[in-house]
Amino acid sequence: MQNANILVVDDEGDFRETLMNRLRRRNIAAVGCGSGEEALRLFQEGNRFDVVVLDIKMPGGMDGIATLRQIKAIHPGADVILLTGHASLETSLEGMQEGACDYLLKPIKLEDLLEKLASVLDRKGTAAHRAQSEEIRKMLAKR
Amino acid sequence: MHAHLYTRLRWKIILLTMLVTFTPLFLLGIIMYRQFAGLYTEKVREQIQVRATAQAEALDLFLKERTAILGTIAETHAFQTIVVEENLARKLAVINLWAGAFVDLGVIDATGQQLAYVGPYDLRGRNYGEQPWFAEVMSKGVYISDVYPGFRKVPHFIIAIRRHESQRTWILRATIDSEIFGRIVQGAMIGKTGDAFLVNEEGVVQTRPRFGAGILAKAPVNVASFGKQATSFEEMSADARNLLVAGTWLKNKNWLLAITVDIDNELAGLFATRTIQIVIIAAGVFAIVLTTVFTTRLMVGQLLRSETRVKEMNAQLMQSDKLAALGKMAAGVAHEINNPLAVILQKTGWIQDLLDEDDLKGSANYQEFRASVAKIEEHVERARKVVHNMLGYARRMEPRMEDVRINETINQTIDILENYARTNSIDIQTDLAEDMPVIGGDQAQVQQVILNLVTNAIDAIGKEGTVTVRSRFAKDGIRVTVADTGPGIPENLQRMIFDPFYTTKSAGKGTGLGLWISYNIIEKMGGEISVKSQVGQGTEFIIHLPIVAPRMK
Repeated sequence: MQNANILVVDDEGDFRETLMNRLRRRNIAAVGCGSGEEALRLFQEGNRFDVVVLDIKMPGGMDGIATLRQIKAIHPGADVILLTGHASLETSLEGMQEGACDYLLKPIKLEDLLEKLASVLDRKGTAAHRAQSEEIRKMLAKR
Repeated sequence: MHAHLYTRLRWKIILLTMLVTFTPLFLLGIIMYRQFAGLYTEKVREQIQVRATAQAEALDLFLKERTAILGTIAETHAFQTIVVEENLARKLAVINLWAGAFVDLGVIDATGQQLAYVGPYDLRGRNYGEQPWFAEVMSKGVYISDVYPGFRKVPHFIIAIRRHESQRTWILRATIDSEIFGRIVQGAMIGKTGDAFLVNEEGVVQTRPRFGAGILAKAPVNVASFGKQATSFEEMSADARNLLVAGTWLKNKNWLLAITVDIDNELAGLFATRTIQIVIIAAGVFAIVLTTVFTTRLMVGQLLRSETRVKEMNAQLMQSDKLAALGKMAAGVAHEINNPLAVILQKTGWIQDLLDEDDLKGSANYQEFRASVAKIEEHVERARKVVHNMLGYARRMEPRMEDVRINETINQTIDILENYARTNSIDIQTDLAEDMPVIGGDQAQVQQVILNLVTNAIDAIGKEGTVTVRSRFAKDGIRVTVADTGPGIPENLQRMIFDPFYTTKSAGKGTGLGLWISYNIIEKMGGEISVKSQVGQGTEFIIHLPIVAPRMK
């Protein structure tokens, strides 16, 4: 079964890779990249993702908010969940106004992410997405 | 603190003020008194000087008149006429009628034999040839004797006139009534304590003085100290009295009219003035001392209070600066911890995922792995909570503005903790003022602060005790106090209790953030939180919140 397709954008490799592994293990297709620029390139290359999990605080020229804006410009339908620490909480609220659909406070629990993921997929409304969300909820209920 | 500095300052002000007020006061007093005393004494001196001069003139006139009368009789009567006692008696009667003071008259021949005599004494036929005055009058023509007892042993003096008549030389002699003469002298006496008397060149008193040894005694004044010419003045002391003495030499006789006055008596007015002056100055000094001490006390007290206030404000400022810096640092550290925590949490999750694989489930240490990973997760969760708590209060940058009914908030908070307190045999008492105003603020945050303080109070007591929560309407805000009967906080720890991560509770029981968060909440509301504690007696936290008008709805 074709699962949800997630892009994880976070400069912390350990975090990113582990999160991806855990998602994949749960049959969720996950792609990762370490910066806003890379994420943007993926979009420009025509890749499309159901949900983007985007860290707000990233080093380099593009932080989470800038990346969010660019992604929204290329693909307004992209759903973005922001990852934030306390210090950037205000920024994540700003991000919500910029079109992000939710945010999570780091350190995150996978279950919380899956919960948000399910909600986002539900909202997308297509049968495929609803099926995916159903799948995820079942998985959460099992634990 | 600097109490001794203030004591010194106080004394300096007092002494300086007294110096600048007393110096002119005393100077004025002394100068005025001296000036006044000088003038007054001068006046008294002048008065007795004038009296002495005037009275001396009167005495001179008296002597001159008597001498003139005798001279006139002697020059206008022939020896044969005057030697007849009947005539002599008529003369005595006439001159006593017109002039007075003559006691007797006598006619004496050139050998000193008294040829005729009229008077109360039996002096007929006496010979005065050996008397010292006889030689004097024979050579000088006119003679006024000193007072002497004479044959009769009664003090008297005589005036004698010599007359040359063709071949005959005779003398007309008269005794002068010492009483009448003495009365004239006594007329010079001033006041009840004044004295006046005549003294001859040898210093023998010639008239009856009011005080002292009496007539013909040694005079209490030294005649040598009086100038020959004019009246002269000396001050001297006799029989322990302070006397002012004036003296004038008579012109017709080498007698000195001495007038004495009792200075103490004469200057009584001056002394009364001095007493009044001293009383006024003393009253002034008393008033100045009182006022100076009082105002200085007031002033220094004010200074001390304002310095204490400044110190308190500085301490508060330092406290808030320190806590702000610590807060910033702690927030930074917390944030940096978040990232590794995020990784650890994912890694443990990943390990748990992998442990679910069948081949591992069979391994010998599977359960150990599971338990360890669960522990790691538990402790990450704990660390996460600490960070969350610490940063949590900051999440809402602007506290919400809503109606806070402080008494309701207190009661709600106590309801939450009632069970916890009861299990530890701790009684929570409230003493809430009824007139508490509704203030504007963040109800949840105020509740959190009270919750923290009451929880701390319960934990501090441990078992059995009382926590008292009070609310009061102060004039510039509201005051809530939470007091416990716990062991108290040593003074050296009191400045640390608001620091983040400072805790006295056992590891794992407290994060050390409660008071720090409370402090930040109260400060953001524009209030103050402070602690009063005495070891062995308990601790009291005092919250002061300004009255902020609740938002109009």
